[in-house]
Amino acid sequence: MIAAASGAGFGGPVSFADVALALVLVAVALGVSWWRRVGLESDLAVATARSFVQLLAIGYVLDFVFSDHGALTVVVLAVMVTTATLTSAARAAGVPGARPIAAASIAVATAGTLGVLLALRIVHPQPRVVIPLGSMIISSAMNTTSLVMTRLRQDLAAGRREVEARLCLGQPSREAARPWQRTALRTGMLPTVDQTKVVGLVALPGAMTGMILAGASPLAAIRLQLLVMYMLLGGNAFAALVAGELTLRRLFTADHQLIRSLRRTAA
Amino acid sequence: MGGEFLLEYRDVRVDGDDGPIVAGFSARVPAGRLTVMVGPSGAGKTTLLRLLNRLDDPDAGAVLFAGRDVRDYDVLDLRRRVQLVGQVPVTFPGTVADNLAVAGEVDGAAGALARVGLDPGLAAREADRLSVGEAQRLALARSLVLGPEVLALDEPTSALDTTSKAGIVGLIRDLADSGLTVVMVTHDPAHADLADHVVRVDPRSRDPRP
Repeated sequence: MIAAASGAGFGGPVSFADVALALVLVAVALGVSWWRRVGLESDLAVATARSFVQLLAIGYVLDFVFSDHGALTVVVLAVMVTTATLTSAARAAGVPGARPIAAASIAVATAGTLGVLLALRIVHPQPRVVIPLGSMIISSAMNTTSLVMTRLRQDLAAGRREVEARLCLGQPSREAARPWQRTALRTGMLPTVDQTKVVGLVALPGAMTGMILAGASPLAAIRLQLLVMYMLLGGNAFAALVAGELTLRRLFTADHQLIRSLRRTAA
Repeated sequence: MGGEFLLEYRDVRVDGDDGPIVAGFSARVPAGRLTVMVGPSGAGKTTLLRLLNRLDDPDAGAVLFAGRDVRDYDVLDLRRRVQLVGQVPVTFPGTVADNLAVAGEVDGAAGALARVGLDPGLAAREADRLSVGEAQRLALARSLVLGPEVLALDEPTSALDTTSKAGIVGLIRDLADSGLTVVMVTHDPAHADLADHVVRVDPRSRDPRP
């Protein structure tokens, strides 16, 4: 019935008619939200509308860039890094200079990881390759950066007595904060490590699923997926390292004191 | 050191979120004596103590150590020379011996423990298994192994039971008698009896010089 209505049905390219039909599932979500008074109806509507507009826009942009405007690749990546920076910084309220920290860690993660992939000639320097891989690195680095910034600030505030006891013994701030920096880096890196451990067992990840749906052989799909997982491990390590280092610098003064907002929690 | 006074607060003001925590505070701390800074809760005693080793800085005025502004010292060196022990004893992960070595290699952990009345046999014990009283003594031992010129104590007995309190107070008195400059902050006026020198800290007050 559905296949007849949408013309092709799945198995070939998805038409806008197919997309429109899939709104039935959004209606299910709306129904559940309304019936059980979850209160997410307007959020669901906004999310659905935004996803349509945003993806349509990026679809046209990518189509344009891929068709002989490859020089714009850097611009596309820069816009993504900027958006990720603002999102990550907004989550890390209470960390002074969260924006420059997020910008640096996401940019380093992206440039570093793509740089290695290109330098080792693992991937070709084409927009069609660099933009999708870059976007995966950026969104993953964004999460890592938020986690590291937030965790480090929270933990130093909670562990203020112990941090200051170490400072009192003459330890430099970097050394005094090392246990908390370690925890923050772990927190930032662990989700990707865990995902990598269970990949294929718990869920078939996005890149692989996409290739299989598009008709590629599963063995070709897993090679890409492995590349993606390893890439994200590296990218997140870059992001965690830079975010951890820069956040630490902003939470202490040059005179090895906790910044005021962390110091005055119990006067 | 030379002079009579090792530490001096000069017209110090420290601002909090809702106005000054202390304002116009001046006082001097004599060398080699036990000075007790006594005042009610919220008078800013802890804040004043934190100025000595620069965990905090004053918003106005100055704190002098051996005649020089504390901000003119290398801050890490200052903190080793002016040891501050907080109100709630902090132990670090690891054994008692590990705790003593946090600030650097220690010769004779046993001697350091004995000096604060702890059984040297405790050196191998995990520090988080100490009682609060033992932890407070360990915190003192950890500071003393650095060979400080000043020991600054923030309500050192407030977390302790009566027996432990008496022990710590006796220990503090002994340290001062051995020639160490000790500054102790307390809300308990009874502790003033122990002191060689008393500084009263009133809320937002302008204390006269001693």
